[in-house]
Amino acid sequence: MLIIVAIMFCGIAVGYLLRNHSLRLIPQAIILLIWLLLFFLGVEVGENPRIIAGLKDLGLEAVWLSVMGIVGSVLLAWALWRYIHAKKGGKP
Amino acid sequence: MKGSLIIVGFFIVGVIVGLRHWMPETDALGNISYLTLCALMFCVGISVGHNTTVLKSIRTLDKRYMLLPVMTITGTLAGCAVAALLLPHRSMTDCLAVGSDFGYYSLSSIFITQYRGPELGTVALLANILREIITLLGAPLLVRYFGRLAPITVGGATTMDTTLPIITQTSGNDFIIVSIFHGFIVDFSVPFLVTFFCSF
Repeated sequence: MLIIVAIMFCGIAVGYLLRNHSLRLIPQAIILLIWLLLFFLGVEVGENPRIIAGLKDLGLEAVWLSVMGIVGSVLLAWALWRYIHAKKGGKP
Repeated sequence: MKGSLIIVGFFIVGVIVGLRHWMPETDALGNISYLTLCALMFCVGISVGHNTTVLKSIRTLDKRYMLLPVMTITGTLAGCAVAALLLPHRSMTDCLAVGSDFGYYSLSSIFITQYRGPELGTVALLANILREIITLLGAPLLVRYFGRLAPITVGGATTMDTTLPIITQTSGNDFIIVSIFHGFIVDFSVPFLVTFFCSF
């Protein structure tokens, strides 16, 4: 797992060294690789009967985790917003 | 939005190919996708290191808004920790790994598939696509009830690219730098947090 993070850091170093060059191909490469990987994920899902059978439950789990994550972050961001505006003394 | 639809399209085509067993030799698939993931992370690194404009614009940012990524990360993880209590068949760290994608579904679902298998990878994909959709559709309501930072926090890792247009429309142009800074930091935290939670 750490290998992947290390690879990203190598990329950051390379990107920083090339900061004065335009790298138009990189965003295209990223989107292509993402397409490819999502396709592979799809194939793995499609070939796994257990996942296909449980897709409805997996979907419900996804909705639940997504909504709870959103609620948590919105409450904290709201607290920060109110804190900043209370200090300024103005209405948000 | 169009970009997200294409990504979902590739996933769906993959599911159909898998269902029909059209792809021979799928045993090698794990290795191929691992190498593709390495290539992807290298490219993501290059684009982060190359993007010095973000680092420059941070100087003009009100320091207190720098806390927003911290709010997004702790808030999301706290919410998912509570959600995990009602999902007894999932471990706490699995739920936190899904939460720490912050809407960055393309990369993180691949990460989670690599570490935890395609089942949790699918949950991560769906949960985080939903997060992006809620940001795009719910931004006006979020601003109204929870202030101008709300669409940014919900946007998570996507606030410097896919959801930036809707955020500038709803939160206002004053929040462009906050949004880009927030997206940059949260984006950057995804590989670390997902790797961390998957290592248990």
